[in-house]
Amino acid sequence: MIAGIPLEYFLIVSTIMFFVGIYGFITRKNLITILMSIELILNSVNINFVAFNKYLYPDNLHGHFFTLFIIAVAASEAAVAIAIIINIYRHYSSIDVENVEKMKY
Amino acid sequence: MDILTLFVLVPILTIIGLLFTKDFKQVRLVSMLGMGIQLIQAGVLVFLYLAERKAGNMAQMLFTQDYMWFESLNIHYAIGVDGISVAMIALTSVVVFAGIFASWEVSYLSKEFFISLILLSSGVFGFFISLDLFTMFLFYEVAVIPMYLLIGLWGSGPKEYSAMKLTLMLMGGSAFLLVGILGIYINSSPAGGALTFNILEIAKITIPIEAQRIFFPLTFVGFGVLGALFPFHTWSPDGHASAPTAVSMLHAGVLMKLGGYGCFRVAMFLMPEAANELGWIFIILTSISVVYGAFGAIVQKDLKYINAYSSVSHCGLVLFAVLMANKTAMDGAVMQMISHGLMTALFFALIGMIYGRTHTRMINEMGGLMKVMPFLGVCYVIGGLASLGLPGLSGFVAEMTIFFGAFQHVDTFHRVVTIIACSSIVITAVYILRVVGILLLGPIKNDHYLELGDAKWFEKVSTVSLILAVAGIGLAPLWLSDMIGDSLNPIIDKITSIL
Amino acid sequence: MDFTYTLLIPLLPLCLFILIGLTGHKMKPAISGLIGTTGMFISAFLSYYTAYQYFFNVGKIDGVYQKIIAFNTTWLNISDKLYIDLGVLLDPISVMMLIVITTVSLMVHIYSNGYMKGEKGFQRFFASLSLFSFSMLGLVMATNIFQMYICWELVGVSSYLLISFYYEKPSAVAAGKKAFIVTRFADLGFLIGILILSFTTGTFDFITLTDPNGPAIAQGGGIAFLGLSTMTWSLIFVFMGGAGKSAMFPLHIWLPDAMEGPTPVSALIHAATMVVAGVYLVARLFPIYAISAPEGLEVVGYVGAFSSLFAAVIACTQFDIKRVLAYSTMSQIGYMMVGLGVSGYGGHEGLGYMASMFHLFTHAMFKALLFLGAGAIIHAVHSNVMNEMGGLRKKLPITHITFLIACITIAGIPGFSAFFSKDEILTAAYHHNKLIFFTQLFVAGLTAFYMFRLYFRVFWNKTPHYHHEPHEASLSMTIPLIFLAIASIFAGYIPFSELVSSDGIPFETEIEWWPVAIPSILVGIFGIGLAAIMYMKETTIPDKMSNGFNFFYKWAFNKFYLDELYLFVTKKIIFNFISRPVAWFDRHIVDGAMNGIAWVTNTTSSGIKGLQSGQLQRYGFVFVTGALLLVLLFVYILG
Repeated sequence: MIAGIPLEYFLIVSTIMFFVGIYGFITRKNLITILMSIELILNSVNINFVAFNKYLYPDNLHGHFFTLFIIAVAASEAAVAIAIIINIYRHYSSIDVENVEKMKY
Repeated sequence: MDILTLFVLVPILTIIGLLFTKDFKQVRLVSMLGMGIQLIQAGVLVFLYLAERKAGNMAQMLFTQDYMWFESLNIHYAIGVDGISVAMIALTSVVVFAGIFASWEVSYLSKEFFISLILLSSGVFGFFISLDLFTMFLFYEVAVIPMYLLIGLWGSGPKEYSAMKLTLMLMGGSAFLLVGILGIYINSSPAGGALTFNILEIAKITIPIEAQRIFFPLTFVGFGVLGALFPFHTWSPDGHASAPTAVSMLHAGVLMKLGGYGCFRVAMFLMPEAANELGWIFIILTSISVVYGAFGAIVQKDLKYINAYSSVSHCGLVLFAVLMANKTAMDGAVMQMISHGLMTALFFALIGMIYGRTHTRMINEMGGLMKVMPFLGVCYVIGGLASLGLPGLSGFVAEMTIFFGAFQHVDTFHRVVTIIACSSIVITAVYILRVVGILLLGPIKNDHYLELGDAKWFEKVSTVSLILAVAGIGLAPLWLSDMIGDSLNPIIDKITSIL
Repeated sequence: MDFTYTLLIPLLPLCLFILIGLTGHKMKPAISGLIGTTGMFISAFLSYYTAYQYFFNVGKIDGVYQKIIAFNTTWLNISDKLYIDLGVLLDPISVMMLIVITTVSLMVHIYSNGYMKGEKGFQRFFASLSLFSFSMLGLVMATNIFQMYICWELVGVSSYLLISFYYEKPSAVAAGKKAFIVTRFADLGFLIGILILSFTTGTFDFITLTDPNGPAIAQGGGIAFLGLSTMTWSLIFVFMGGAGKSAMFPLHIWLPDAMEGPTPVSALIHAATMVVAGVYLVARLFPIYAISAPEGLEVVGYVGAFSSLFAAVIACTQFDIKRVLAYSTMSQIGYMMVGLGVSGYGGHEGLGYMASMFHLFTHAMFKALLFLGAGAIIHAVHSNVMNEMGGLRKKLPITHITFLIACITIAGIPGFSAFFSKDEILTAAYHHNKLIFFTQLFVAGLTAFYMFRLYFRVFWNKTPHYHHEPHEASLSMTIPLIFLAIASIFAGYIPFSELVSSDGIPFETEIEWWPVAIPSILVGIFGIGLAAIMYMKETTIPDKMSNGFNFFYKWAFNKFYLDELYLFVTKKIIFNFISRPVAWFDRHIVDGAMNGIAWVTNTTSSGIKGLQSGQLQRYGFVFVTGALLLVLLFVYILG
């Protein structure tokens, strides 16, 4: 319980972060930016978890566990994603998603 | 091991043998041996069958075997033959044998070619011995699928298009057929109890008429697509034109007969009430096939197109006779299947041989070939005469039996359509003589044709074996007609029992 | 008396056909000719022996000539009642036909050894001749109508093979094709006729069909259709087949073109034997025609009369000697049809029937002679056109004499055979139908005119300049001419009415001098005289005549434009208005529909394939928008 800061403030921040992330994910063509957007989405979720845990069930730590888990997964995901992106860059000399369409065929 | 299973097994063994061959010569040798054995087996089967009948075994099917294959759906591997299947098996083995010799010089991917060809033939043999609708369907598919590869890989002209078209249309037919067969299966036990795919079992009961009305057209159209029923025949000209020689031979000679055979073995035999009720629609369609195919053939310029349209006309006559549902006409239908199978295989073999020499199939570009290749020319004339129904060759016997059978009907409708169908004999004469006149007779149009050679030994084997069969049936049709006629009795009894 | 050996008569030529056909190309030409001729000689000998046995020893029982089945075997069972037999039937007309066929065939075989010498395909020629002889003999000996149909088709094919013998010549190929297709069209009628006939009577068998007390005739005509009974219709259809083979109007157009074949073939097939098959067919079924379907017989009579007039008129205008003979054949066959058409059944009523058969017999002899003579002329001058001939009587003495005998015979001068036979046809016509009688009388005059026009033009008239000096043909060609000339003179003295009659019972005939024989002789002499005035010397009368009758002459010269009409029907109507549209329809409508289905599937799939772009961002956008919309929906609208 943090005095003077109600739960809604956290939720508003995380919602904004979430939608910024979604917006970036959908509109950006640059793979790095897309990756960053995904990180934003994940982090907005993290904030939610932590905030709900703190405000609603202060005795439990489930929210924290999830958050730590997500951070770990996000880290490895970023590592894999960046590796892929580097390979794509080597192949196409670009990291624009539209160029990677050829992978379909 | 019973003799019928051998008919499926020998091709499979041949295919396995082919896998181990090293060069082109071995491929040919193995295929020739395998199909030679098959031909001998067919001969033996005919004799065994006749001996058994002579010994007084009057069961509908002989040499039956029955193994459970898939218990929960009651699918069996059930086999057996009657005179009709025996005749069709004999036809198939002759055509396949001739087909091997006709493709003696296919050197591009020869191993794969012969494997596909023999796989196809094993499907055909399996189809003719099956008594179980499901295995019958299975073998049908085995026969149809290799066709795609054979045309698509070894064909000529727009082969991918033709192969795709042929396969898709036949698959469309199979879709109808599958629904039809499942419909029969579901209604195979109206009194309760285990459902069955076995034809003989189903024939004992009467499928409810409401179900027949739905599933008879489906089954008939399903098989009819393969039998070139108007308006589902258009795969035939394109497919034949693109297919390599042996494939055209097998396809027109044998595969199209699967359609006719299925139509009467499944559609007419199991659902006679609906056949009686709805037959007139198909009779009209088949009469159109007969006349329309013949007229279509008159103006074609490509030899294979001419023959493809002529096949539409002749196979239309098969379905026409099947629908007439009396013994004489059905007898004629089976004879027409055999006769057309042999002579159309002969035609396609000859067209392939001529094409191999002149590198064109357009009749306008050729002329006077009789002078440079008398053997092939004479064979072509014999084939043509068989096709236009010259007495002494098989076509005449079959057509006359059909016409007389069809004319036995009491009502005017059947007799009028018979007379319309009769008129095809004149139109056939027109297109046959047109081709013979342009292609073989007259002056030679191209000087370099003068250097072309006549038939080689393997081509002679191929054509002579077919001509002997055509003439044999034409000169002494009685044994064949009797063999078929006896086997038709159960079918006719079933059909007439409802009237 | 066992007649089984008669089976050899047709089988011998069949064996020869197979032998020469398969091994001919390895034989020397002369040997194949010799084998063919010897075989035919044996066949002819057997036929004469059979005729002797039949007519004078065993054929007649209680004063009636019996129908003897010498051999019979089942070939095919069509249904429980109907079956097709192959067999040998001996009765007066079949035995007579045996004589005609084997005699003419033998003569033609001998003649061909000389005429065809050095031709390419000599062996093929003899093989086809043997095939023809086999099928023709099988045709006349048929025990049932279906066997006749089988052989009918076979003679059609052998005729096709022989007309197209010079297969490198486009006109010969076209002529063969035309002959086959026209007769095939007629055969369709024959087949339909057989279908109806066998359906109504339940049998193919000639003896059952034609027994006047038998079930087929006893059941009457059957139900009526368009004013004629079923039986009549079926017999009219059967006659259509006969008319096609016998070149009756309007199915005659193939016959003149068939002259493209070698001349011996024209003599054998297109003059003496095959073309009379139609007459034989009607004669064979005569009792059923006469008793059950008299209207059918009327049709036969009128078609015959019209054809004979029509052909005679055209024959007067043609210049190709073989074509003149071809039209003359058509005209004479018209006579035979008239004979059948005006005949009744039984006793003296059946005079026309007897006369028709008699005329068939004599005609075979003199027409074969005419053709073989024409062959000798063509052989000598290397041309078919009579304008390039003239004055040949000194150069070809034997041909000249024999040709003259044949011309006198056909003109109906007393003492020669055709006088007797033609006279009896006219007598029968006079008692039955006056219109036909006067037509035939007129035709008799025309016949004399055009034959002597030919004769004078070729053997008299001005001698043109020949490239090679014409000389008489070899012995193998002149012997048949002499033999046939003798036959043409004396065949008339055979007491035909005592051998051949409609019911098998011999009867007496006598020449009816007035009003039949004398007018016909006068008309004949008038025709000869006219021809002599116009053509014996070179005159301008023919040109004046043709100019005078300009319009009519042109019509007749162009064979009344029937060929053009047929060409129009086949080329224009069948090719352009049926076949091409059918082919187009098939490619564009039926196949188009199939391709259309494929096209629809393809287009639909490529239309919706954009949805499965594989781009995660687009999926994400759709997903998020969808989720938002759902949230909005649930929270604000449904909630």
